[in-house]
Amino acid sequence: MPDMTFAEAIKDAHVVEMERDPNIYIAGEDVGVFGGCFGVTAGLLDQFGEKRVKDTTITESAIVGTAVGAASAGLRPVIELMFVDFIGVALDQLYNQAGKMKYMFGGKAKIPMVMRTACGAGIGAAAQHSQCLEALFMHLPGLKVVMPSTPYDAKGLLIEAIRDDNPVVFLEHKMLYAMEGEVPSGAYTIPFGQADIKRQGKDVTIVATANMVHTALGAAEKLAADGISLEVVDPRTLYPLDGETIFESVKRTHRLVILHEEVKFAGSGAEIAAQVAEEAFDYLDAPILRVAAPFCPVPFSPPLEKAYIPSEQQLIDAVKKVMA
Amino acid sequence: MDLTNEQLIQMYTTMVKIRTFENRVAELFADGKIPGFVHLYVGEEAVATGVCENLTDKDYITSTHRGHGHLIAKGGDIKKMMAELFGKETGYCKGKGGSMHIADLDLGIMGANGIVGGGPPLASGAALACQYMGNDNVAVCFFGDGASNQGTTHEAMNMAACWKLPVVFINENNMYGISCCTTKSMCVPNIADRAAGYDIPGVVVDGNDAVAVWEAAAEGINRARQGKGPSLIECKTYRHRGHFEGDPCTYRDDAELEEWKEKDPIPRLEQKLLEMELLTQSKIEKIKQELQKDLTAAEQFAEESPYPDISGLLEDVYT
Repeated sequence: MPDMTFAEAIKDAHVVEMERDPNIYIAGEDVGVFGGCFGVTAGLLDQFGEKRVKDTTITESAIVGTAVGAASAGLRPVIELMFVDFIGVALDQLYNQAGKMKYMFGGKAKIPMVMRTACGAGIGAAAQHSQCLEALFMHLPGLKVVMPSTPYDAKGLLIEAIRDDNPVVFLEHKMLYAMEGEVPSGAYTIPFGQADIKRQGKDVTIVATANMVHTALGAAEKLAADGISLEVVDPRTLYPLDGETIFESVKRTHRLVILHEEVKFAGSGAEIAAQVAEEAFDYLDAPILRVAAPFCPVPFSPPLEKAYIPSEQQLIDAVKKVMA
Repeated sequence: MDLTNEQLIQMYTTMVKIRTFENRVAELFADGKIPGFVHLYVGEEAVATGVCENLTDKDYITSTHRGHGHLIAKGGDIKKMMAELFGKETGYCKGKGGSMHIADLDLGIMGANGIVGGGPPLASGAALACQYMGNDNVAVCFFGDGASNQGTTHEAMNMAACWKLPVVFINENNMYGISCCTTKSMCVPNIADRAAGYDIPGVVVDGNDAVAVWEAAAEGINRARQGKGPSLIECKTYRHRGHFEGDPCTYRDDAELEEWKEKDPIPRLEQKLLEMELLTQSKIEKIKQELQKDLTAAEQFAEESPYPDISGLLEDVYT
């Protein structure tokens, strides 16, 4: 299996699917000549031409909205929203139009589109280019929400997203783009709603998403030296959410810490904690803890930004608390 | 003018069909038979009719919250429409959409829309699909004077112009965005003047003259079919009723309404067709009787249809 970066794996998913289905097109700000803000779509314009790789105006409503219209008329758009923070100017087209059409129309519409977007802090991009917003999308019926943590998952989940007949929000944490990992060539899919246990353990279940999966794996390595065994569960898709895998893990470990980069208040972890409380409360030996960002915009200054992002040490402290 | 006599009679019939449908909806709403709220198209019939007479089932339209007229003009089934307004299982959307979300994708009707300015990006997207697939189908975007000020409208028009998309933007300027008069909401005399900003044709037309609307739309639509890109057609018109049923209309005076009723598009076309001897009083009566019969049947169908079963509440969220 060749090694690919996370970004290359996402590009490879585009290539594999665009070669298979001529109705797939890419559109977004700087996705063509420039190759994408993070280089994800570099080379695709040369390979597939302007008809299928469209540089757009800097108009997020029109990027999302034309995709919704084109999808309902038979195409399969894969659009790039440069930063997830920009959804603020395009949200109506995503949730009021794409997300609700099928239901409002009594089941007859089909909106097969993917909105890829970069999220997350860590590059000094400040408040309007750094947030994680997965809980926002999870709250909107009609959308599916995907958040990969490895190159392998990114490619398989994106191919699944492109083949899905629903609007899919595909969240790419920007600190992952350069990460390398083994990625099979050719097409393969990872079904939505199947969490992946990234590390097996017996003492504490850690549910983590995107780059926080790697923070959790780092903590697990360190705690192993202290004789504490973490099980790291990566939901991979937040809607649909694989509650079963999480419940089963908690039933084995009896302890749960949730780790994500969004703000803690009303973040995705709140939903996961609530579901575990409803379905597996009797198995818990300690309160559920969440390690997540504080309730403030993402700051710019490097020490502030570092303090904002949940750390390995914060997770280790939380684990020790539930073990106490 | 290339309209055939049959087309003229068809357009007249469609306009009367919309009018009788809407007047009956007003009564049914007042009687409490229709839940929620409805926005009626009375007075604006010439716009939807004149435009849609140029379209086929393979062409797309996006509509607005005031969508009944567009749906009927594009060939929508009034039985399914009425059932949907009643919230019944047999409605276009199985009762899940209501007045503001009726769609018939088989007829290219991409839905009425509850969001002012929601439709323009969708229409440009459907036009993109037509261009991409290499057919000569087009998309038509109906939008109001209120929507003309929304950012989405500007974004969609600009993108359509840059990409030469086969879309025609039909502005229905009825002078009021809910209560806000265009004298307060825009600083140019015509919405069509804004076409200059996209270097696309911008045309102002008497929106109460069905033939004039047809002619202007024919030019824009043919242009789009030929791959020459979008155009903007502003149809000056007026809604006889309030923004919604129950609107006290305190923001406009009766004299203005009376003035516009003098310009009612239906008597105008009727008079024209009488003069052309395409219609006679007895033929008009016959058309109205037929339409009334269909409308009564639609109402009965809606009345007698069951409400959706609660078991379907969670169906149709995802494919």
